Amino acid sequence: MDPYLRVEDLRVSFNTTDGVVRAVDGLSFSVERGRTLGVVGESGSGKSVTSLAILGLHDPRRATVTGGITVGGRQLIGRPESEVRRLRGRDAAMIFQDPLSALHPYYPVGRQIAEAYRVHHRGAGRAETRRRVIELLDRVGIPQPGRRYDQYPHEFSGGMRQRVMIAMALVNDPDLLIADEPTTALDVTVQAQILELLADLQAESGTAIVLITHDLGVVSQVADEVLVMYAGRAVEQGTVEQVLLRPQHPYTWGLLSSVPSLRGDAEADLRPIPGNPPSLIDVPAGCAFHPRCRYAEHTAGRCGTELPELRAAGTAGHRVACHLRTEERARRYAEDVARVGVAR
Amino acid sequence: MTDAATPEPLLRVRGLTKHFPARGGRRRSGPVRAVDGLDFEVRAGETLGLVGESGCGKTTTGRLLVRLLEPTGGSIEFAGRDITHAGRRKLRPLRPDLQIIFQDPYASLNPRHTVGRIIAMPLQVNGITPAGGRKARVRELMELVGLNPEHYDRYPHEFSGGQRQRIGIARALAPGPRLVVADEPVSALDVSIQAQVVNLLRDLQRELGLAFVFIAHDLAVVRHFCQRVAVMYLGRIVEIGARDDIYERPRHPYTRALLSAVPEVTRSGPADRIRLTGDVPSALDPPSGCRFRTRCPKARDRCSVEEPALTRRDGADQAIACHYPEPEPGAVG
Repeated sequence: MDPYLRVEDLRVSFNTTDGVVRAVDGLSFSVERGRTLGVVGESGSGKSVTSLAILGLHDPRRATVTGGITVGGRQLIGRPESEVRRLRGRDAAMIFQDPLSALHPYYPVGRQIAEAYRVHHRGAGRAETRRRVIELLDRVGIPQPGRRYDQYPHEFSGGMRQRVMIAMALVNDPDLLIADEPTTALDVTVQAQILELLADLQAESGTAIVLITHDLGVVSQVADEVLVMYAGRAVEQGTVEQVLLRPQHPYTWGLLSSVPSLRGDAEADLRPIPGNPPSLIDVPAGCAFHPRCRYAEHTAGRCGTELPELRAAGTAGHRVACHLRTEERARRYAEDVARVGVAR
Repeated sequence: MTDAATPEPLLRVRGLTKHFPARGGRRRSGPVRAVDGLDFEVRAGETLGLVGESGCGKTTTGRLLVRLLEPTGGSIEFAGRDITHAGRRKLRPLRPDLQIIFQDPYASLNPRHTVGRIIAMPLQVNGITPAGGRKARVRELMELVGLNPEHYDRYPHEFSGGQRQRIGIARALAPGPRLVVADEPVSALDVSIQAQVVNLLRDLQRELGLAFVFIAHDLAVVRHFCQRVAVMYLGRIVEIGARDDIYERPRHPYTRALLSAVPEVTRSGPADRIRLTGDVPSALDPPSGCRFRTRCPKARDRCSVEEPALTRRDGADQAIACHYPEPEPGAVG
């Protein structure tokens, strides 16, 4: 099947007084209908900038966006704003992290969702629109949707507000849903409800989902494929099983061994990645991760000079951007695990 | 409740309550019962984790313990002294012993003060002049938390989030506390940095023999840091006990649901998840009887009329506030 979303060599940079910030620097991926791609990375890795680029939400006066973004067969970059606007909210919609700041405090939630509907359904009458919105509120699990239609955002709990955001994103039956940290602001028991809701809705309608998150556990539970980003580039890509259970990139190893777990030895130290993520104004030469990588010394200086390309590694479809040969990396990692007992 | 053989606890909390008056609004309502009758103890050198979802009262509890808030009821005893309503003067000699680390490494540091001045502040305020002088002590502390002492004259904005949290930790350690209340100390940090700070806190706790009240919503982080854990729900403790008991043998339905909701990187999917419906009810108007009953998969009639007390079996350490707890492994009933 042809992927619904295709991103090719995406580059997004911002001119600032301190210099050019290369937030996304040559990123390619695709998502098929009915599939979920998890985009993982720490702050500054470029994951949110990517999501805004897909919806054409960067201000052209501030950001330079190049490369290709194809949604449902239509190329987006370089198109006039009026055309992008027709697609945004109808073919592709977004769920933001913080529903409280994404909803207008002065208007009842039903009216806000209705507005999103009428932008793309000019002829829709009042009664039809209201019916459609109430149907959506019901579908995302909001009790008494008819009454809730006329309530204001502050009258909803955090979990219910996020359901409102999801209803708003779905009101035009989009084929692509971009969820940027949709559960980060929520409690775990509510997070579990929202993730389940997204999965159910996807099973019903076959939406392609891009799920942006820093939480590897969330990705492991809901995504089909994973893209690990570091300093604006993809460092590892593959299925959830490949990337999270048989990771190949030293950065992915570092992320996984940093996360405390409910299982395993509670007394064992976590194994953090040393140092801090780089500044995007002054990204290290070669592999951006090399100053923090414990294996960089084994490539005779290549890691510090030459940018590693994403290449096939391990099983089919698994790709890694690392200069170390797969076997050597695996051997050195296995030695490390044996020495310090890193789980996973 | 303390075993006669164990030494006097460093911190003893009895029936601790904090109600905030609810003003305005269309409904007439009682106060917000943020913290509603807590009992717990922390021994010297012990780490107690307070976990729960938003609105459970864990942050309010932390602020009550260091007396940033005035309790509505109950008592707080620290090092044998009743500090429940102690005023500024009475608290002053205890302040160095009782410190707090805040969640937000951006908001909790004065942007116009140098790092050296920030870390020295508790020494200055408490009139402590260590041997060798304050400056030498501050450099020592910076080294201890993994900051470069050369950066003494820099300002907070010149540091990353993780480094700022290290500054907050150094400041809390400066006066040589016996108990540190850490309120979500790593939740604002990226995972790779979070692990650095958790390891640092653990090393410091062991090295200096500090007692901690560690407040967090992240159950996995608490598991890596705390010897004992208290699970809170709507202003009450629902279960408290040794770490392994809470994580391996949880007996309160809420603890079990909370643990099962944590997404983890595993081969097995979310199959064994206990699903809770709805959100946490408002602390303005908590449910009658057991506060968890509206979301509890095991709730029966009795739960709506009778509030379960936090009780433990004779000789047991784990205490549960539930009419129908999970049976103890290996025990009858």
